[in-house]
Amino acid sequence: MGVERSGSKIVKFYVPLAFYLIFLLFPFYWMTITTFKSDQELYNLKLDPFFIHSPTINHVVELFTQTIFLRWMANTFFVAIMATAISLAASLLAAYAIQRLRFKTAGPTGVAIFLGYLIPQTILFIPLATIIFKFGLWDSLWALILIYPTFLIPFCTWLLMGYFKSIPKEMEECAMIDGASRIKIFRRIILPLCLPGVLSAGIFCFTLSWNEYLYALSFISTTAKKTVAVGLVTELVRGDVYHWGALMAGALCASVPVALVYSFFVENYVAGMTGALKE
Amino acid sequence: MDTVAASETAPGWGGLRQRFSRAMENPTFLGFLFVAPAELLLLIFLAYPFLLGLWLGFTNTILGGKGEFVGFNNYAYLLSDPTFRLAVFNSFFYTVVAVILKAVLGIGLAVVLNRDFRSKGLVRAIVLLPWIIPTALSAICFWWLFDSTFSGISWLLIKLGIIDHFIDFLGTPWNARWSLVAANVWRGIPFFTIGLLAGLQTVSQDLYEAAEIDGAGSWKKFRKITLPLLTPLLTVVTVFSTIWTFADFQLVWIITKGGPASATHIFGTLSYERAMQGGRFGEGAAVSNFMLPILVICVLIAFIFLRKED
Repeated sequence: MGVERSGSKIVKFYVPLAFYLIFLLFPFYWMTITTFKSDQELYNLKLDPFFIHSPTINHVVELFTQTIFLRWMANTFFVAIMATAISLAASLLAAYAIQRLRFKTAGPTGVAIFLGYLIPQTILFIPLATIIFKFGLWDSLWALILIYPTFLIPFCTWLLMGYFKSIPKEMEECAMIDGASRIKIFRRIILPLCLPGVLSAGIFCFTLSWNEYLYALSFISTTAKKTVAVGLVTELVRGDVYHWGALMAGALCASVPVALVYSFFVENYVAGMTGALKE
Repeated sequence: MDTVAASETAPGWGGLRQRFSRAMENPTFLGFLFVAPAELLLLIFLAYPFLLGLWLGFTNTILGGKGEFVGFNNYAYLLSDPTFRLAVFNSFFYTVVAVILKAVLGIGLAVVLNRDFRSKGLVRAIVLLPWIIPTALSAICFWWLFDSTFSGISWLLIKLGIIDHFIDFLGTPWNARWSLVAANVWRGIPFFTIGLLAGLQTVSQDLYEAAEIDGAGSWKKFRKITLPLLTPLLTVVTVFSTIWTFADFQLVWIITKGGPASATHIFGTLSYERAMQGGRFGEGAAVSNFMLPILVICVLIAFIFLRKED
């Protein structure tokens, strides 16, 4: 019985799990080994491509010396941080107002903001291009900083509304009886209590901003102003010459900040994702 | 009481301060004030461009120029354009096949993970990686992985004796379409898995035990207990995934650029090519607008289900 049980556990659990993990991790493995292979090895079909035979950091050096990779990273970081800050501030206020102040049009406002989340970027980027041009923001990182909140705010507001819902109303009412103003209640009671929610929302904003591609590709044309994903593809592919080693090194290095943020806050991330789905 | 407090603290400003602090206690006023920043940003950079896009589709606007109203010319032209027709087919193929595969494989992984085992947290974190890592970057990786001469996939399949020559993944239309679907499925599985795992954990173990006593097998338990209880959550996850897949851009643009010979364009990439590369904003907007009916249907489904949940 015991043997049979563990046997069925291997078939039903370990085998499928291994299959999934190999499938999901293989591209990252491929990315990593390509980064640390020499060009001779990379383009030699006689060698087993799944192992590194003589590791080298030449591609990483190439990435950092032949391209302005660090500049792209800094641009991406700047845009992500600014867009996150703007979105968090706006979403916190909006979510609190919709969930707690219960003003007349609170319900429709919440629905309208949520609807914004469902309009994809591929529908918006062309008219946005003309608007940015009119505003004189063409080829400026500020265009991205102002536009990214349009897909961050709807999500964050929705997520934070769920958190506000979970804070008991009695706490606010007690404070109000004690003579505290709405603003004071918001700052002293609500904000500290929904800090985990703010953290989840912030991590989402940061990773979503870091991942954005279409707007950054469409609205930025100067090489020195590009974000990292756009910069890599446009600068490391010249005509038919692909610098695969450096490209993979770039993809790997550019993923690190997101992976780091994510690894520290996995629980918040998962909670945010499932929380938002349930709302 | 407010009057007393206000006049005591600031005698000169009494009237103004009092009116201000009273306004700040008024939920309606404060509500509008708090919602204003979010609404302004969304109005200027979301609602306005959305409406402008509808209008642009009816004009012959070009890059840096003023356009004139041309009625349904763009739409009529597109419907007669073989590249556009192929893009419509590709969009549906890409969406339907990828979403079905993501749902099946995603549920499968969620069921596998829905038990207690050591390092469950770590495995869950690893599973989410494809979703976390910027798609543009993993797309570059797939582009290289689909290389016609140096792909590790081809190498392995040859070693295993399954094929006898390297696969030209992105060289023929059908190979390229399936390659794109594979990359999209890889990226989307975690969303289904993690989204559904939360739902699975709320299913009571008693139900399974009762079913076991009645002699139900694994498949039957899954069909009769797990799936029905997951349906509401599964609908929401599927609708979101459908919207994102249908309106995708970056995976396709980076891996194939719509090629070979414009055979793998979807709505997003074709409208980018027509507008940003060709400079024909009106036509590009019209391509995007063709997505709207499908998206509206998805949004309606999402809404009906979200409302029901409430």
